[in-house]
Formats: sequence, C-alpha cells, structure tokens
Amino acid sequence: MITAERKPFEAVYEFARRHQKILVLGCGTCVTVCMAGGEKEVDALASQITLAARQKDDNITVEKHTIERQCDQEFFDEQTSRKIKQADAVISLACGVGVQFCIECFTDSIVYPGVDTKFYGANTEQGIWAERCIGCGDCVLEKFGGLCPVARCSKSLLNGPCGGSAEGKCEVDPENIDCVWQLIYDRMEKLGRLDELELNVPANNWTAGRDGGPRKIVREDITL
Amino acid sequence: MKNNQPDIIAFCCHYCAFTAADLAGTMRLQYPANIRIVRLPCTGRVDANMILQAFVEGADGVMVAGCEEGSCHFILGNLRALKRVTYAKKLLTEAGVNSERLEMYHIAASQGPLFAQKSKEFTERIANIMSGSANK
Repeated sequence: MITAERKPFEAVYEFARRHQKILVLGCGTCVTVCMAGGEKEVDALASQITLAARQKDDNITVEKHTIERQCDQEFFDEQTSRKIKQADAVISLACGVGVQFCIECFTDSIVYPGVDTKFYGANTEQGIWAERCIGCGDCVLEKFGGLCPVARCSKSLLNGPCGGSAEGKCEVDPENIDCVWQLIYDRMEKLGRLDELELNVPANNWTAGRDGGPRKIVREDITL
Repeated sequence: MKNNQPDIIAFCCHYCAFTAADLAGTMRLQYPANIRIVRLPCTGRVDANMILQAFVEGADGVMVAGCEEGSCHFILGNLRALKRVTYAKKLLTEAGVNSERLEMYHIAASQGPLFAQKSKEFTERIANIMSGSANK
C-alpha cells in the first residue's frame, strides 16, 4: 500500500485558518489502512481544528467526509462533489496521488495536503509499516529470492553487500535497518540457489523509473 | 462550564471504575455532580476520537477510569486505553488545549472511596484550569 503520515498539526492549521469553511476529506483505501487519512483520522483532525479554532477565536467551520478512493473519478459522487464545492477549501488526507486527482476533478477548489506521503510499504507489525518497493518499473525480485535490493538496500545495490553490512545490519542505521543483502544471502542459501548470486546483475533499467519522466500505463484493451 | 461548575465526562469501565462509582453511591459517599459517567464494557473501547469529541461537544474535562494494571477483565484493555489517552493528550496539546484536562485513572471495583476522591480532585483541577486566564 501507499503509506503516509499526517502532517504536523501546526502546518495543517495554517492551511485551515486561511479559510472559513473547511472540508476534511478522507480516503478509504491505503491511508485508511496505514491509519493516516481514513475516517477516524478525519474525525480526529476535524475535532482538533475545531478545538484549536475555539482556543484561538478563529472563525472556522469544519465539515468532514470520507470517500472510498480519491485516486478514482467514480468515487467523487454527487454528495462529495457538493461538499467540496460548498467548502472554501479542502484538506485532503489522501496520499499525494489523491490530493492531485482531487484538484484535477475540482479545478476551482483549493485542496491542501493533510498528510506527507511516504512509500510503498507493508504492515509488518501492528502500528509499524516498512518500505518494500519504490516502483522502479523494472522488477528484479525473481533474482534475489523475493527480496528487493532496490528498495531495501540503502544504496540500492544490485551486486551487494557493501562494506557497511555488519552482523546483518546496515551501517546507515544499525538498530533499525536490516542489511537486505544479508537477508537475500540467507534466503538464497535456504532455497539452495546461492550460485545465482555469483552472477553479476546488470544495472537497473532506470528509464522505466523516474529517470524516464512521469510514467503512464495505457491499456488499449480497456480504454473507451 | 456554567456557573463556575465544569462539565466532566468520565469514561468508566463496567467491571471496575463504574462498579466503584456504584459502590461510592451505595456507601453514601459524596462526589461532584459535575461528572457524567459513560459506561463502557472496557476502557479499551476508548479511542482518541471519543475523547476529542467530548471536548468538541463542550466538556471541560475528560477522565478515563479503568481497572488497575494487571486486572483488566479483557487482559490489556486498560493499558491500551492508557496509550490512547497519552496520544489524545498530544492531539489536545497540538490544538492548544491544556492536556491536564484529560486524565486516566486506575480504580478497582472495591475502591468506591478512591473513585469519590479522584472525582473530587479532578473536578477541582478542571475548575482551576477553566477559571484561570491562560492555558485552558
């Protein structure tokens, strides 16, 4: 999923105090699962803005609403559209994709981001999300036993490990970051495929990643 | 806050703090009438939104009262509530609300007098905060 963290409240309140009628708009997909921008977080932020406005004598009215996805046109239904248009501004708790798409759908509305979008991650423990993919566009997981060195090696080395690997940890943050090359070695050993690590892996094809500019997927078979 | 009397919401666990409040009544112990008790099956039901909503609706103070540590009927509900109260305090502080207006207590079912005492202390605390000029 796409993970995110809520922006500091002071930053969000600065957006809110420029307007009188605010809509806090949540997203029911990724940011709900990573507990940054779903219905509950919308409730919490709306309450916080209301309380802060009361404390500071600011005249701000807060509406709240959550839709299934903000990155898909079909979920901006009539009710949502009405609420967005009635508000002076929207604070969207969707990821960066959702915020931009909301702006694309409602070009006359002001939409502020309420979260900082982080990474594609997995929920490794309750309350903990960890990066697993950077969307490089050229998946190499089959070569490394299903562990991605592009996303999980601090240097994105395809022929690791580097000299900064010690006792299975990465020198960048030995307490919190596992050396993925240690994990890859252990995994390949378990699979009996250690010999495959003898091969030199060519450099990643970054033209499929960000170096190729903004990306687009076109499926001619389903376009209308 | 009306007539210098704070409005306080108390989220109480059915098995401990609510029973303690009941016991306080049975024992004819006086505790402030400002407190409105919301009975919950466990304080583990409390989340930050419930607390914030109480303040938005006009509560001057919110107390969360659960079982003593180690004696939760649902094993960990009171400890989870404590973490959520700590988080809610952070959210209140961010919004400029004095986080002292929220407190978590651990009160066993047999501790009617303790419930009455904590209720009095908390009511006094909230009355002081709300009658002061700064940092409400």
